[in-house]
Amino acid sequence: MSKKDKLKTIEQDKERWIGDMSKLLSETPERLPRFSTVSDLEIKGLYTPEDIKDIDYSRDIGLPGVYPFTRGVQSSMYRGRLWTMRMFSGLGGPEETNQRFHYLLAHGETGLSIAFHYPTLMGYDSDSPMSRGEIGKCGVAIDTLKDMEILFEGIPLDKVTTSMTINPPASILLAMYIVLAEKQGISKNEIGGTIQNDMLKEFIAQKTFMLPPKPSLRIIVDTIEYCTREVPRWNTISISGYHIREAGSTAVQELAFTLADGIAYVEAAIERGLNVDEFAPRLSFFFDAHIDFFEEMAKFRGARRMWAKIMKERFMTKNPRSWTLRFHAQTAGCSLTAQQPYNNVVRTACEALAAVLGGTQSLHTNSLDETYAIPTEEAVTVALRTQQVLAEETGVTNTIDPLAGSYFIEALTSQIEEQAWEYIRKIDEMGGMVAAIERGYPQSEIAESAYKFQKQVDSGEKVIVGVNKYITDHPPITTWRMNPDIEQRQLRRLREVKETRDNQKVREFLHEIRKASQNGENLMPHIIDAVREYTTIQEICDVWRDIFGTYTDPGYF
Amino acid sequence: MMGLDRKIRILIAKPGLDGHDRGAKIIARGFRDAGFEVIYTGLHQTPEQIVAAAIQEDVDAIGLSSLAGAHDYLFPRVIELLKEKGAEDIIVFGGGIVPEEDIPALTQCGVRAIFAPGTSIEEAVKWARDNIKPRS
Repeated sequence: MSKKDKLKTIEQDKERWIGDMSKLLSETPERLPRFSTVSDLEIKGLYTPEDIKDIDYSRDIGLPGVYPFTRGVQSSMYRGRLWTMRMFSGLGGPEETNQRFHYLLAHGETGLSIAFHYPTLMGYDSDSPMSRGEIGKCGVAIDTLKDMEILFEGIPLDKVTTSMTINPPASILLAMYIVLAEKQGISKNEIGGTIQNDMLKEFIAQKTFMLPPKPSLRIIVDTIEYCTREVPRWNTISISGYHIREAGSTAVQELAFTLADGIAYVEAAIERGLNVDEFAPRLSFFFDAHIDFFEEMAKFRGARRMWAKIMKERFMTKNPRSWTLRFHAQTAGCSLTAQQPYNNVVRTACEALAAVLGGTQSLHTNSLDETYAIPTEEAVTVALRTQQVLAEETGVTNTIDPLAGSYFIEALTSQIEEQAWEYIRKIDEMGGMVAAIERGYPQSEIAESAYKFQKQVDSGEKVIVGVNKYITDHPPITTWRMNPDIEQRQLRRLREVKETRDNQKVREFLHEIRKASQNGENLMPHIIDAVREYTTIQEICDVWRDIFGTYTDPGYF
Repeated sequence: MMGLDRKIRILIAKPGLDGHDRGAKIIARGFRDAGFEVIYTGLHQTPEQIVAAAIQEDVDAIGLSSLAGAHDYLFPRVIELLKEKGAEDIIVFGGGIVPEEDIPALTQCGVRAIFAPGTSIEEAVKWARDNIKPRS
């Protein structure tokens, strides 16, 4: 029988089945009038070969490690090497966080990930009036290289890779890491890691912004240019959908806006005159692993296929490594509930499984108590163990992309991809992502989706166990509290650093940064010189605020 | 002009450096759809800026949103500044990531309600209708 005839038979069988079903349904109807994903994408009751009849295996799915990478970016995937287990950590001061790093490494974590406190994220020092009440609360306090030295005590930088969730001052933290390595006797060639360095999604979603979009992009391109030449194993940007999703977007919006941000960075770096095949292999991505199991898997698979097409067809790259979308995933913070917090362990496990089946390169699993505070050691251990159980007990790592070929998964992957292309076309028409952000387009699309979802939860259309269904009281859980002495210790250390460093040199290097900011010279070498002399993060950021101005929240709602 | 039928005015504010604004924006929109007049400060406001905005906009209540752990400094500071400006009749409530054991201290200093994650728009609106009256 030809393929066409086979499809015909399937179609006829299905029509007969639908006929039988409708009789059955008139007696016992389905549970819901409409079945949809958490993003409100409608899902059919049954998928058959008809749903994937336009998919060509070699063209659209292919083999792992081979264009268009739908099945994964490496040819052996988890049979070769497991994903990096990288727990986002930062609490109190560098001493406490160093202790947490050692604890996690001793318990089988395979990569580090730094969560900075808000003043560092926003380019303020601990002694700024803007930092009052915030020191060490939502991450680790880092003001100068001194803090980084304490943070990495006993951790050789050639033995571990580090991800830093840092945006406006990303170049400064990278510079500190480079100098720290230098002090450990390790060259720039040997260190590996990632700075988030994705300012576009800050304007869209995460909202730790400092400078307006254009100078923000300029500093990002400086880091890309510098690392491509000098720090070959460094991922220069982690183009992030996570925060877009957490702010309330749908899966399709997360995918589309993230890839559109990626396009904007590639364009900006090309405009600088950089060779795309030299810098593109070091762009990395970061996605949310949300609660809708199949939707997420399809999103990850679709993301790889789309980026491969963008890089090959739109940017005409030749290097196969430019085509690969490597990503980190984090389970969805916004899916966790304060009610009955132990249920969060189950949510996180399902989300982590979706990320693994979606082929992630690196994973953070949230802890059950994160709707209250920074996780306790006990809670973070359960979260890490969740990854280890998935990796080494469940057998899901035995074969590559096990859900490929599922009528549903392949159809959903294509459907999500098509809808995401639609958004990218719209953003292109607006003149690209920077123009779209200036118009407030992605921001208002996300706010719209967030509000719609909240209404669906409020009406009970979307169920959240323990919140709008199966509500019971739960006894309080123990949460992490910051020792109040940490704040004073941090302020004292900053004061001592400022008193004992060579302030003449600091002034000179700050002046060099000012000059380079104005004349367009690459800032990285000057930042490295400055942080080596213990120049603070805010001292550098204040120069930029002075020259480039600041961005303030337009406050759409 | 300040009759009882005047619409209730609420300032939704994001104090401090915290960037999590999903909840604040949903609640701002929910209150607006429920018929309140809503002003949203946008992100990264100091307590001083929030209190100045509240007085300038002549609001009846301030809703503070914090998800980054600085509520125990920022919320009481707003209340302290309101008292200094003689505007302590402006009702202050809050929401976000606030550990349960922090709530008594906040209520004691004058925060009238703390809405935990999972609060529905409807619950917050009902509370606002019952507890916020136009200031005379």
